[in-house]
Amino acid sequence: MQNDAVLTMRGIDKQFPGTKALNKVDFTLRKGEIHALMGENGAGKSTLIKVLTGVHEKDGGSIWVEGVEGEAHIHSPQDAQNMGIATVYQEITLCPNLTVAENMFIGRTEGQMVRWKDYEKRATEILENLGIPARARQELSSCSLAVQQMVAIARAVDMNCKVLILDEPTSSLDDKEVAMLFGLMRDLKSRGVGIIFVTHFLEQVYEVSDRITVLRNGELVGEFAIEDLPQVELVAKMMGKDLNDLGDLEQVGAKHTAADEVVYEAENLSSSDARTFDFSIRKGEVNGFTGLLGSGRSESVRAIFGADRVTGGKVKMKGKDVKITKPHEAMKAGIGYLPEDRKKDGIIADLSVRENIILALQVMKGFFHPMSRSQMEAFADEYIKALSIKTASQDTPVGSLSGGNQQKVILARWLLTHPDYLILDEPTRGIDVGTKLEIQKLVLKLASEENMSITFISSEIEEMLRTCSRLIVMRDRNIVGELTGDQLTQAQVMKTIAGGEQ
Amino acid sequence: MSAAKKITKKAGGLGQLMIPLIALAILILFNLIRDPGFFSIEMVTNNEGNQVLSGNLISIIDSASALAIISMGMTLVTAACGGQDISVGAVAAIAGAFFVKVANAGDSITTGSFILGVLVCILGTIAFKMFNGTLVSVFKIQPMIATLILFSCGRSIAYWINGSATPQLVGPIINAVGKTIPGIPIPTPIFIVVLMAILLGLVFKFTNLRLYTQSVGINQGAARLNGINPTAIKLLSFVILGVCVAVAAVIGVCRLHQLNHKTLLVDIEMDAILAVAIGGNNLGGGRFRILGSVLGAYIIQMLTTTLYAMSVDPVNVKAYKAIVIIIIVVAGSPVIKSRVTALFNRIRTSRSIAAAGRGVE
Amino acid sequence: MKRREPLSNTQLLMSIAIGIFVFMYTAAIIGLGGGFLKFQQVFDLLNDNAYLIIIGCALTVVMIGGGINISVGGVISLTVMACALFLNGTGMQNGLGVFVTLLLALGIGLAFGVGQGFLVSYLGIQPFIVTLAGMFLSRGLTTMLSVNPVKVTHESFLALSKTKIQIGFLGYVAQNGNQIPAKLEIGAVVAILVVICSFLMLRYVKLGRNIYALGGNQQSALMLGINVKRTRFLSYVISGLLSGLAGFIFIMHKPAGNASVAMRSEMDAIAASIIGGTLLTGGVGNVIGTFFGVMILATIQKIIGLSGLNDSWWQDMASGALLGFFILLQSVVLSGREKRRAQKTASPVLQKG
Repeated sequence: MQNDAVLTMRGIDKQFPGTKALNKVDFTLRKGEIHALMGENGAGKSTLIKVLTGVHEKDGGSIWVEGVEGEAHIHSPQDAQNMGIATVYQEITLCPNLTVAENMFIGRTEGQMVRWKDYEKRATEILENLGIPARARQELSSCSLAVQQMVAIARAVDMNCKVLILDEPTSSLDDKEVAMLFGLMRDLKSRGVGIIFVTHFLEQVYEVSDRITVLRNGELVGEFAIEDLPQVELVAKMMGKDLNDLGDLEQVGAKHTAADEVVYEAENLSSSDARTFDFSIRKGEVNGFTGLLGSGRSESVRAIFGADRVTGGKVKMKGKDVKITKPHEAMKAGIGYLPEDRKKDGIIADLSVRENIILALQVMKGFFHPMSRSQMEAFADEYIKALSIKTASQDTPVGSLSGGNQQKVILARWLLTHPDYLILDEPTRGIDVGTKLEIQKLVLKLASEENMSITFISSEIEEMLRTCSRLIVMRDRNIVGELTGDQLTQAQVMKTIAGGEQ
Repeated sequence: MSAAKKITKKAGGLGQLMIPLIALAILILFNLIRDPGFFSIEMVTNNEGNQVLSGNLISIIDSASALAIISMGMTLVTAACGGQDISVGAVAAIAGAFFVKVANAGDSITTGSFILGVLVCILGTIAFKMFNGTLVSVFKIQPMIATLILFSCGRSIAYWINGSATPQLVGPIINAVGKTIPGIPIPTPIFIVVLMAILLGLVFKFTNLRLYTQSVGINQGAARLNGINPTAIKLLSFVILGVCVAVAAVIGVCRLHQLNHKTLLVDIEMDAILAVAIGGNNLGGGRFRILGSVLGAYIIQMLTTTLYAMSVDPVNVKAYKAIVIIIIVVAGSPVIKSRVTALFNRIRTSRSIAAAGRGVE
Repeated sequence: MKRREPLSNTQLLMSIAIGIFVFMYTAAIIGLGGGFLKFQQVFDLLNDNAYLIIIGCALTVVMIGGGINISVGGVISLTVMACALFLNGTGMQNGLGVFVTLLLALGIGLAFGVGQGFLVSYLGIQPFIVTLAGMFLSRGLTTMLSVNPVKVTHESFLALSKTKIQIGFLGYVAQNGNQIPAKLEIGAVVAILVVICSFLMLRYVKLGRNIYALGGNQQSALMLGINVKRTRFLSYVISGLLSGLAGFIFIMHKPAGNASVAMRSEMDAIAASIIGGTLLTGGVGNVIGTFFGVMILATIQKIIGLSGLNDSWWQDMASGALLGFFILLQSVVLSGREKRRAQKTASPVLQKG
């Protein structure tokens, strides 16, 4: 093991039924280093992490951890924790029914007795030290998701870990919170902690990492120092191809000029989560909603779809008044909605890929008109091919597909209904670069060839700038601006978010 | 699709039915070894002077009728709501009370009063089941807790409806339904089970109930965002269970010629839940196989009958039942299943290695 | 200066239960007069329901961990029968015999707890099914031991069971002018001790907190380094052990074994836990609340009995109504809180600058 390495993994193999998830993968983490682990979905990142943290058992290879004699044998999360490996996951892995303080210390204290006063004192110290807006005795469920995430990190920090693994920690954080997190990470770096940073956000990787390891299809592509690898080359390595594709988008995706006909129009629409707003979209138009996290983008489109409780407003579809207060009514009116949280709101995990694809169309046909088996199979086949969905068969439970393919299944579901107006909320979140581009191209194709109106929401402004001809900017649940044409630049978007309509 | 693929698909579809089928096979085998004549059937003349089939096999299938029907409904409720309805026995008593009250209204039980009684019984039961259903789907209360209410006071309500302890039922129709229709050697309840199964099958064929129920059971939020109304589906599952309970109660009351609100279908809720579990269904909701639960019902009944045939004291039957159930459920547990699969894989791999070795030579 | 945190869910529900109990008892005093004013009345409730308090705690512990145990009534009946037979047949007289009987009771409870815990936790079988089988098995074994009721004849045991702790100053003055002290049975004292110990364990011992974590979010608990399997296993072991203890207390109160002992008491225990603020989904629960849940059920039973109403009919209706009320209350209170919380966290505070 290298002298300054806190973690060395060599030749790691992991086999799952049907796929070899890891094939002789190496990984080295040095002291006081922020090391990004990158790769497309299915590349093996999360499997590697799970092997390191004891959730999965490796089939081959060796692991050495600083301070542990000989090879490290990690059979459970407890083992990993004992060796000084701490993990903070994308999903909150704390217990919402316990207090903040208790969440920080449970599972790792000595002795049988619980000393509440001690916990609370120490917790308050740590929380203040890190600037986390939470109280020690607060019930965790009453904190926002972002704060819960930070408590999880605080816990890891307090454990004096040698290796801190952050698995997609910034997905639900806004910019200020991300900055706070990076500050924490640099602080830990200076204390000699090695940090493994798993993320899809390229800019963030370059902002804070020292080295990058790229995986592809379960194999190691390479380990690089950040200064040796420009963004463009990184993406190329992750996709295994050359980077002209990103450039191509500008040409292939000529933004479609919309017709004059207004397809959907809402006046004074409000819901339990969205403040009153007006909105309209024309045929064949691609528009986007942008703004900081929590600005109300998702809430607005959910109000359009009737996903939340609608509390007021008039809605017109193709010029005719319609009532949309429930998803079913929206679907009947010709609207489709790809939800932001695909696990919670999107996939029906135990049902097959086929059943997930035909679901929305089936509901639209009605309770008393089930489709024939052959019809369903034909539809499923069509879209599995069209969207290149990687699945063993139509019958595979959709829960066992990778995140990106699950997203494609849900996309297929809504495309199958041929809506007049399709809402895509974060369709590319958690998806590898290659599929991201596919989806963006698809959006432009649908708008131009089928005259579908599309609302595209993404945390990555570049995506929206590439595809949308009109951007609605939101802040604090209000619409603060609308940008078109020449105004569609990153700088202008930032300005509008910061300063309101200009 | 090639023939081989089709066959594997069918076998794969049987996956969930593995456990009940194996259990059934073991039970049958056990009985055949113990007493080869156990399953023999013969024609006898019963009390009413009719020619009927008789024998252990008939008795098992016949006695399990009420349980089988209730298991069907219970499967749906479990699938849609992710919990169990433990009030079915108590509500059956209520159903029986409704039926008896209406059917006995006149001097004697005619076809008319019988049918009216059944209708009122079904409607009344649906009403009570909708009470449960509303608590679960509208107030979002866990099924087992919500149904605890009727479990506690259902039988008392039945008593109150009827006003007297054990009203008697007399009449040829009662006999026909509870035992056999003159001229047909197979007990009527068996036909009723088949009828219910067919009805349910038709519902599944001509509506999207299965798809909707499974979706709601697996991910209610996502189902809603696809236009499904989870509240309606859950309520519907309770309504169907209500119909099942009503029919089972009528069978039970006719069989005994009386309504005893304390003992009618007592403990059947436990057996029904057991049947659903033995049938390979997930008690937490989601995918379901009605056939599995029905098989489970017959397995439970066969178990009881086998024990009686072995001269086990009725009061001790419960204990043996418990042991067998534990064995069945342990065998079906994920841990054991994965161990067994791993074992099979190892055997297969070593076999293929051996075969390959031979092939090389 | 320390800020008071808003009441947690469990504390709120428990407070409601306590409030209702006080209200009901006061109503009983006003409505049914004198008898209820005596402390003896409360003590009688405790004496009669000591076993229920204990299995209430057993069930609360399991439910907090997200599980359920419906075998407790059956285990009590088996324990009672086994102890009765043992006491009558044993050569060990005096205190030794009683002590060994206690060990027997605990042993039976422990066996069931270990067996069920193993099946649920290590083999991953649904707790409802496992404990249902446990209920069948224990009831079946009870009748296998003896179909007919068995009266205890062991002298020392009977003497112990009749022993009452006398608390003079809580007594009352009888009509003939004598001071009659309030009497509390040993069982009641044990029950209260169980409540206290359970409370302390759940609040201050690692295992107790692990049970809460397990019930709150099993996956998280695992990731936090808690041995989920062992924690769940132990929660069932505890419930089994307490069931055995409850059986011993039961037979001390009524020294006879028969097949219908503690019938449906598991449902009463669940009801008491729910009334006291335990959620079936896990992660939320409180033995103090359960204690008051039992007291509420017992008070109603007493009120009905004393009012001369048709016993079992009114009993059932009352428990049904009570349960319905508390269930709806739980649902309303909790969903109200969820809504308010969601509103608060929905718009994050954007700091200036």
